[in-house]
Amino acid sequence: MIAVLVETDADGVLVVSQEALTFGRGLAERAGGVPLHAVAVGRPGEEPPAVVLAQLGEQGVASVHHVVDDRLTAYSAAAWAAALVDVAHSAGAAVVLAAGTPRGNEVLAHTATRLDVAMAANVVGIDAVGADPGDPLIVTRQVVGGAVLEQMQLGDTVAVLSVAGHAVEPAAAATATTPEVVEFSPTMTDADLVARVVRTGEKVPDASGALTSARVVVGAGRGAGSADGFKDVVRLSELLGGAVGVSRVVTSLGWRPHHEQVGQTGSRISPDLYIACGISGAIQHWAGCSSAKTILAVNTDPDAPMVTRAHYAVIGDLHEIVPAINDELDARRT
Amino acid sequence: MTDVLVCIKRVPGASGEVLLSDDGQRVDARHVGWTLSAHEECAIELATQVAGATGGTATVLTVGSADAIEQLRDALALGCDRAVLVEAETDRFGPVDVAAAIAEVVRAHEAAGTSYGLVLLGNDAADTGDFQVPVRLAYALARPVVTGIATCTVEGDLVVAHGDGPDGPETFELPVPAVVAVMEGGVAPRYPSVMGRMKAKKVAIEQVAAEIEPVGSGRVRLTLPPEQPSQVQVLGQGADAAPAVVDLLEELGMVSR
Ligand SMILES: Cc1cc2nc3c(=O)[nH]c(=O)nc-3n(C[C@H](O)[C@H](O)[C@H](O)COP(=O)(O)OP(=O)(O)OC[C@H]3O[C@@H](n4cnc5c(N)ncnc54)[C@H](O)[C@@H]3O)c2cc1C
Repeated sequence: MIAVLVETDADGVLVVSQEALTFGRGLAERAGGVPLHAVAVGRPGEEPPAVVLAQLGEQGVASVHHVVDDRLTAYSAAAWAAALVDVAHSAGAAVVLAAGTPRGNEVLAHTATRLDVAMAANVVGIDAVGADPGDPLIVTRQVVGGAVLEQMQLGDTVAVLSVAGHAVEPAAAATATTPEVVEFSPTMTDADLVARVVRTGEKVPDASGALTSARVVVGAGRGAGSADGFKDVVRLSELLGGAVGVSRVVTSLGWRPHHEQVGQTGSRISPDLYIACGISGAIQHWAGCSSAKTILAVNTDPDAPMVTRAHYAVIGDLHEIVPAINDELDARRT
Repeated sequence: MTDVLVCIKRVPGASGEVLLSDDGQRVDARHVGWTLSAHEECAIELATQVAGATGGTATVLTVGSADAIEQLRDALALGCDRAVLVEAETDRFGPVDVAAAIAEVVRAHEAAGTSYGLVLLGNDAADTGDFQVPVRLAYALARPVVTGIATCTVEGDLVVAHGDGPDGPETFELPVPAVVAVMEGGVAPRYPSVMGRMKAKKVAIEQVAAEIEPVGSGRVRLTLPPEQPSQVQVLGQGADAAPAVVDLLEELGMVSR
């Protein structure tokens, strides 16, 4: 079977985890229809929420391994990995995968180390599954911030891999399932609980969550010129009900907070529309915005990579163009 | 007093066109040069802060070719006290091997009298992006580990580390000795001073060979993603293009009227 670690929040299964499930299902089908299982860490004394079960059923999950243990109320990567290793052994996993989130990659690194097998991070595709059990799995993954693809062989008993954000779109299975729920408490030692969260602070209301789920992101880079150069960009994002995203130059210079950074070392976004103003489109930035459905670039340089890769562009100074767009929006609204 | 070890990697520069070697086994950095990644610049900054605050030392280590001495000198110029080059044919090394090579040095230094209370690494390498060396190293040394950390301090026998979790900022407290993987964003790396650069030139770099038989990285080959031909539709120049932009926004259903 193929085991997918899923992360959940108040709304159910995270979109990236749904992507990982869709990816896992594709792999399961190519491997000749092996079952797809999910592993979710729950709260002791509680069933998995109905919305989570419905979403897992939609993805064609046969079984949910529901981890319930008082020792897991605070996150610890080693403890989560202990749970994955238990599932891999007890249910005979050929592949263990998760979304390539910070949590996903951390837990999988522990899991691969504990299983003494290789791990492939940020996988975007499957090249070969192999006809027989034990045949190597060959995957393609992103390296160098997405500028290069690596074909990698996972030749071990259990293949461990994380799925790059937006490598696939979440898609429902042809036939939905009613997943069976298997509650269990993993085998752990005290050492597995040493590196656990001791405190969680107040979430900054407009931290990167708003950015990654926004339908519209208005981005600005060095072209904004200064910390004061974002007024029009912020106003445009407000007019469109979107979020602000920036390049690394902008956060490095302290013009805007780090949680607004888009790219390899920032957030990966997939809005319906990304308006990139004064951003050159360096590969590390592109790695975070290439999944936008439509990209509109505003740039003085018609040859900037962001312009040549965009769907639409306006050539010129963002400090003239963005206020004009805002005015036009205001004018048509009244 | 906490002696800190910070592990860095020589990686291809970020800006400019990435090329590959003919055999597709490595990145050809001819046009982009070599550098340190942002995560590791922050790890160096944290290493010197912790060493400074506790009266300990900061040692920088890299597993790589002799060329990586350039990056070790950069780290020395930023305030590290000592440097170690673990010479290895890193093309044949995967994350398991790099972790094993670092663990060897940690044990050897401990036997020689320097125990690292804190080992810092970048969260993931800017080139190979494996996300594994810190965790594999921690298991090899039987130490606790956290990844994705923005800032950390050593307070008595505890490493207090802060990172950004899905539900808000998170704090971890690990008993010393511990391994911490650093993500950029928490501290601003400093610029090297002239004094720092001069001092860095004089530090003798310890050079050892990695005594391990590598298990490898599983790499079959590298390829460049296909470059899509440009299909950009230019809506206009300057402020005059605003009506065309708003037409597009309406067409895409982005404007509620
Ligand atoms: C390991 C590593 C990780 C990285 N991670 C990230 C990351 O996560 N995110 C990220 O963004 N970067 C990242 N970078 C940095 C990246 O390589 C680029 O340096 C950065 O994205 C460039 O930012 P920029 O486009 O704002 O600036 P520039 O490259 O300087 O581009 C500015 C653009 O603005 C245009 N412009 C200038 N003035 C105006 C004006 N008045 N009106 C309109 N256009 C104007 C210019 O033509 C140019 O195209 C990373 C680098 C490394 C080494």
